[in-house]
Amino acid sequence: MSNRFMGLFWKRKSGSDFISLGLNTEPEPGQPEQFAEQPVKALESEPVKAAEPVLPVVVAPSQPVETIAETVPEVRAADEPNFMARFRKAVTATRENLSSRLEDAVKGRKTIDAETLNDLEEALIGADIGVQTTFEIIEDVRRQVDRQSLKDADELKGIIKRHLLDILEKAEKSRGIASETSVADDVRPYVLMVVGVNGAGKTTTIGKLAQRIKADGYDVLICAADTFRAAASDQLAIWAERAGVPLIQQKQGTDPAAVLFDSLKAAKARNSDVLIVDTAGRLHNKANLMAELEKMRRVAGREVAGAPHETLLVIDAVTGQNGLSQAREFMKVADVTGLVLTKLDGTAKGGIAVAIAKELALPIRYCGIGEKADDLVVFDPATYVDGLFA
Amino acid sequence: MALATLMVHQAEYPGFGICWNMFDALSDKLKKVLKDLRGEGRLTAEHLDLALREIRIALLEADVNFKVVKDFIERVRSKAVGQEVMQQLSPGQQVVKIVYDEMVEMLGGTSSRLIFTSRRPNSVMIVGLQGSGKTTSTGKLSMWLQKNQDRNPLLLSVDVYRPAARDQLAVIGKAIGMPVFEGQGINDPIELCRAARLHCEQVGFDTLMIDTAGRLHIDDALMDELQRIKQEMQPVETLFVADAMTGQDAVKSAKEFHDRIGTTGVILTKMDGDARGGAALSVKEVTGQPIKFVGVGEKYDALEPFYPERIVSRILGMGDVLSLIEKVQSEVDEKKALELQEKMERNAFTLEDYRDQLSQVKKLGSLDSILSMLPGDMFKGMPKLTPEMTAQMEVELKRTEAIINSMTSTEREDHLIINPSRRRRIAMGSGTKINDVNKLLKQYAEMKIVMKQMMEGEGMMGGLRGKVARKLTGIGSKRKKVKKKKRR
Repeated sequence: MSNRFMGLFWKRKSGSDFISLGLNTEPEPGQPEQFAEQPVKALESEPVKAAEPVLPVVVAPSQPVETIAETVPEVRAADEPNFMARFRKAVTATRENLSSRLEDAVKGRKTIDAETLNDLEEALIGADIGVQTTFEIIEDVRRQVDRQSLKDADELKGIIKRHLLDILEKAEKSRGIASETSVADDVRPYVLMVVGVNGAGKTTTIGKLAQRIKADGYDVLICAADTFRAAASDQLAIWAERAGVPLIQQKQGTDPAAVLFDSLKAAKARNSDVLIVDTAGRLHNKANLMAELEKMRRVAGREVAGAPHETLLVIDAVTGQNGLSQAREFMKVADVTGLVLTKLDGTAKGGIAVAIAKELALPIRYCGIGEKADDLVVFDPATYVDGLFA
Repeated sequence: MALATLMVHQAEYPGFGICWNMFDALSDKLKKVLKDLRGEGRLTAEHLDLALREIRIALLEADVNFKVVKDFIERVRSKAVGQEVMQQLSPGQQVVKIVYDEMVEMLGGTSSRLIFTSRRPNSVMIVGLQGSGKTTSTGKLSMWLQKNQDRNPLLLSVDVYRPAARDQLAVIGKAIGMPVFEGQGINDPIELCRAARLHCEQVGFDTLMIDTAGRLHIDDALMDELQRIKQEMQPVETLFVADAMTGQDAVKSAKEFHDRIGTTGVILTKMDGDARGGAALSVKEVTGQPIKFVGVGEKYDALEPFYPERIVSRILGMGDVLSLIEKVQSEVDEKKALELQEKMERNAFTLEDYRDQLSQVKKLGSLDSILSMLPGDMFKGMPKLTPEMTAQMEVELKRTEAIINSMTSTEREDHLIINPSRRRRIAMGSGTKINDVNKLLKQYAEMKIVMKQMMEGEGMMGGLRGKVARKLTGIGSKRKKVKKKKRR
């Protein structure tokens, strides 16, 4: 199995199109057997459990291992070509929002006048891209019109598209993908923390992520550190069971840092590849809750060098300008490395992520496009922007 | 009263003032833009253009939908142009007043009470997008109805889709001591509704709170399901839960839900965040349905009736003094307040009273949330408080309480007997340093002086409310303001 760790799951392989969760690689022959030998027994022989005063509940996947082995490769083979299309489809629905409005703005006009620019401004603001970012784009367009380098109204679309793409790609480059540059391939466990405000979709995202990463052949462990919201860990347990991934949980009200501590110990003992940490939703202006997050990071860093290696901020696509404030505060406290944009299958298309990418240089890493376990795709700026204007 | 204490207390810390990051933008900008426009008798088109441009940006940044903003600005313009500027106001203030009035009117003066009939049970349906806060709101609202409208609710979750959604409501029900209909083995929303209704009839619950699954407004099948539930249950209220952080898309979801299901009101959630809440305006405009409640925290009693004036102040940046005053009033025990007032008049305010005051302050919530309710220009020119600073202040408050707790009751009655050896003991007992004890005693002595002056300066006119309001708004004696400056 070791040769499968050549690259970690999140890496974009050069030349691959934007889905790169290992979905392009052919399943190796004999792989099902390899899956099958991944022993659930490891659970029982876990040494940490005995040492802990409070026993963490390790929920073992109740699904028989054989069924996982059968279904997983099938999922990968069948769905791979569909992801691009589905992502595009999800994003394209915004056309009612943005593209058609731009269309209206330039339709039947040969020259670009103040009214065109006004309509343009409204179209961008209406997509939640934000007043500041919009004004800057419009200002640039206005300059180009003045210089007469932009004459045709049809060129407008291209210019705006390039602007948005620039912003998104710059964010990706300037921050880089943390793990590609700074985390060695043999780091284990790779600790991935998921944060965000209440109701953004953290737990669901983790369920989907766990499934994807596991499908790539990695040994995943989930830490249910949302000990605040009613039944949060039950919700996660169901996701974990679906994905066939073990979960460390404790009863509601436990100190989340303690659950994290147990999980880190367990991950080390089990030699897990990836530990995904769920956190309670918190509003970014609550100092005590943000301090709790800080504490969790300290605990993680103490147990595993460099952890958390990646911190994803989950943002609901319907979020308005407050998203900027969220990103700013979470970055300050939790050193966020990337965004997950959820609920993209609605009519809102998460324009705020563009504003965030611009102001804070935070790349968008994944998108949630539905309620099913495989409705999570790797974000690709070009596809996103193309989708908006298709 | 508690506030006065709070403020005096805070005076000890550098940066005493207000953490005002969110709402200052508009009023500051307007002041700048309109500074040069004094001394004219009428609002001219030019005044308006300048002012309305800033207001438009402020509204857009507050996430009010751009179409709503457009209509709104036009309405204000047509109302305002040519209007006489009132004598007490500058043209800028006059524009803000018109905007304020128009917006308050738009959000409507409706009551938060739900309308029930004599049928048993009355159903209340809670609907909305995923993650907007339906389940938590269902719990909060049930509690509110029990407390304020004498209802006897049964809770029901018909979210058969999201993992553990029904467990979540069950846990909430347990936490707030409300019965939840489990309906074990039933996995169809309509069947669940019927079974729960039957249960209500048999056991005698008069209200059935139906928490529905979160869904996208473009999900035909699920929207259909809502229609069927509504058809079956004929709820007296169908409340749409809207997240205060929602952006431009708020109009689409709200409209779709209203058009298809027929909502009767809105619950605006997560208003304890720092979102400006412009979505409220958008949702009201496109559905025409009143916003009835506002969710302001994670605790189950953190649900408040909706007051248009407050959210308008928030969107425009005028602070939330009204909210604060009401909060102070509801939390502070009236009797204790009276006693205290008497004591203050006799200048017999002891350390014991001081401690009571601190716990009253604590009951109001975190300092952050109290401060965020005060208007932006109240402590103009003072440095802004960061969350770290308010957190620091909260630590100080706790320490103060610990110190007082470590005193004997005689010491609390008469602080003058606290000699060095007593100070040492108190410091040891409270885990602080002698310095801290000294500081507290000094602060207490100063506070007594300030209180005495307050008593003499103003008497007790207008009772608690007037007092707090005057203290808060800075209306009243100029003497006090001067003193505050000196203090720093």
